[in-house]
Amino acid sequence: MFLINCPYCGEREQSEFSCGGEAHISRPKNPPDTSDDQWADYLFMRKNIKGVQFERWNHSSGCRQWFNVVRNTSTDEILGIYNMGEAIPEIDGENPKTPSGEPEIGSGNISTSFKKK
Amino acid sequence: MHKKPKRYSIFSLIRNALSYHENWQPAWRSPEPKKEYDAIIIGGGGHGLTTAYYLAKNYGLTNIAVLEKGWIGGGNTGRNTTIIRSNYLWDQSAGLYEHALKLWEGMSQELNYNVMFSQRGVMNVAHTLHDVRELKRRWHANRLNDIDCEWLDTNKVKEFCPIINTSQNIRYPVLGATLQRRAGTARHDAVAWGYARGADAMGVDIIQNCEVTSINVKNGQVSGVETTKGQINSKKIGVVTAGHSSVIADMVGIRLPLESRPLQALVSEPVKPIINTVVMSNTIHAYVSQSDKGELVIGAGTDGYISYSQRGGFNIVEDTIAAVVELFPLFSRMKMLRHWGGIVDICPDASPIVSKTHIKGLYFNCGWGTGGFKATPGSGWVFAHTIANDEPHKLNAPFTLNRFSSGELVDEHGAAAVAH
Ligand SMILES: Cc1cc2nc3c(=O)[nH]c(=O)nc-3n(C[C@H](O)[C@H](O)[C@H](O)COP(=O)(O)OP(=O)(O)OC[C@H]3O[C@@H](n4cnc5c(N)ncnc54)[C@H](O)[C@@H]3O)c2cc1C
Ligand SMILES: [Zn+2]
Repeated sequence: MFLINCPYCGEREQSEFSCGGEAHISRPKNPPDTSDDQWADYLFMRKNIKGVQFERWNHSSGCRQWFNVVRNTSTDEILGIYNMGEAIPEIDGENPKTPSGEPEIGSGNISTSFKKK
Repeated sequence: MHKKPKRYSIFSLIRNALSYHENWQPAWRSPEPKKEYDAIIIGGGGHGLTTAYYLAKNYGLTNIAVLEKGWIGGGNTGRNTTIIRSNYLWDQSAGLYEHALKLWEGMSQELNYNVMFSQRGVMNVAHTLHDVRELKRRWHANRLNDIDCEWLDTNKVKEFCPIINTSQNIRYPVLGATLQRRAGTARHDAVAWGYARGADAMGVDIIQNCEVTSINVKNGQVSGVETTKGQINSKKIGVVTAGHSSVIADMVGIRLPLESRPLQALVSEPVKPIINTVVMSNTIHAYVSQSDKGELVIGAGTDGYISYSQRGGFNIVEDTIAAVVELFPLFSRMKMLRHWGGIVDICPDASPIVSKTHIKGLYFNCGWGTGGFKATPGSGWVFAHTIANDEPHKLNAPFTLNRFSSGELVDEHGAAAVAH
């Protein structure tokens, strides 16, 4: 559980929000020329990243606005928030060293740290 | 060759009691990895260990290593609420899960290891008209597939599980339930340990504290892995890493349709036997049973976002407890003792992926999400077949990665009750 700083309402509990999943996935531009594999990739395949993820959130029990969040999925630490349609912001730091590395401390998986640029 | 492990029996128990339990043989060896194996299994959870066990037992492949980054059974295998059932809706799933349930029925004898499999029945409760229709549909589908299933009306539910609240004045009253009597629970750690011991006895190397950090591929064929214990070569690699499957797939540029999310469970203080079965409710999202130690074992839902933090939200636990207390008001003053999370790999159609890949010799077994414990023996059985023959077994043929392109999804969402 964590807090999300809604750009419109301020800091609220995560349970007020709904996650819309990975951001910056765009629909194939030319449907008739898109193969089954390309459709599968667009519809189903996900980065499911352990580390810095760019994702969409909706303040569903609040102002109901969409926005993008940068979050470290191994610690749930939020590194940035930006508007829909904006380019991916730059984030300093590295994804967890050992790819499936479990935590240095407790079960929080704090094996890396990220800084906002 | 290593010393064959001694069988457990009443005599070995007495003999070891007389020597103050100081001479028990370790249940499996802890060897250093060899340079090369005929097959490598990444992930020492239940599914990885059963894969190794059946590769050795059914296909005579004994020069195998199971590589586990932590300790065996430390992943979801040791974190789940141990519900075992086979009452799935679709034929494909019914085949896979029923095959597993049959293996559960002979497991303790086969392994000479008590996995405490208890067929106390699983009741899936309906609270709305829609639930009733869904569950009755599943009941009929199960009967057509020769899977035992009964429909209980509200009175029969009360008769079977007397402590359940059947008042019609609650927000989600009990309108009936399906009951699978052959379903039940088992001791999860024992499953990992029993299969580890069985695999080890046939010569399989179980290597703990050995994390795979990359996979080597030469000309479209796997050649081995890099690990925290050095390079280990093999031309066949089976990946069975549950919540971390996408991380491993990313090492070789394979994309999977998975999302990894926290799923939580909690147990109460131990009390005398009070609940005789497993009660599951999809609509209000509660499921509860009682362990042999007397603790209530309660499962919560997943968080709605990707996370590898192994910690879920408190609001999820709160909702679960609210639902359990409405169904069982007498639990309202029980204290909860422990609470934890696991990272589950959720597939868009809530069905697993047990599949070859476009890289030769590389196989994936994942996507079991919130409900793969029940499949542990069956999953290893069909995955061993897939690895040994480079072709899926007929039971896992519908569960390939290809189905996401062909559109032949096995949609068990909703149909399968809470997906546990
Ligand atoms: C709270 C909870 C409740 C559940 N309840 C039920 C239930 O009631 N019934 C049911 O049927 N299912 C249930 N499940 C789901 C079930 O636990 C899983 O589907 C099943 O245990 C998966 O087994 P596995 O062997 O594939 O995964 P795991 O046991 O997670 O094993 C995967 C292993 O891979 C290892 N690994 C990962 N990365 C690497 C690497 N790079 N190198 C080496 N090793 C690595 C991990 O350390 C781990 O031990 C539940 C899950 C949770 C979390
Ligand atoms: Zn808002």
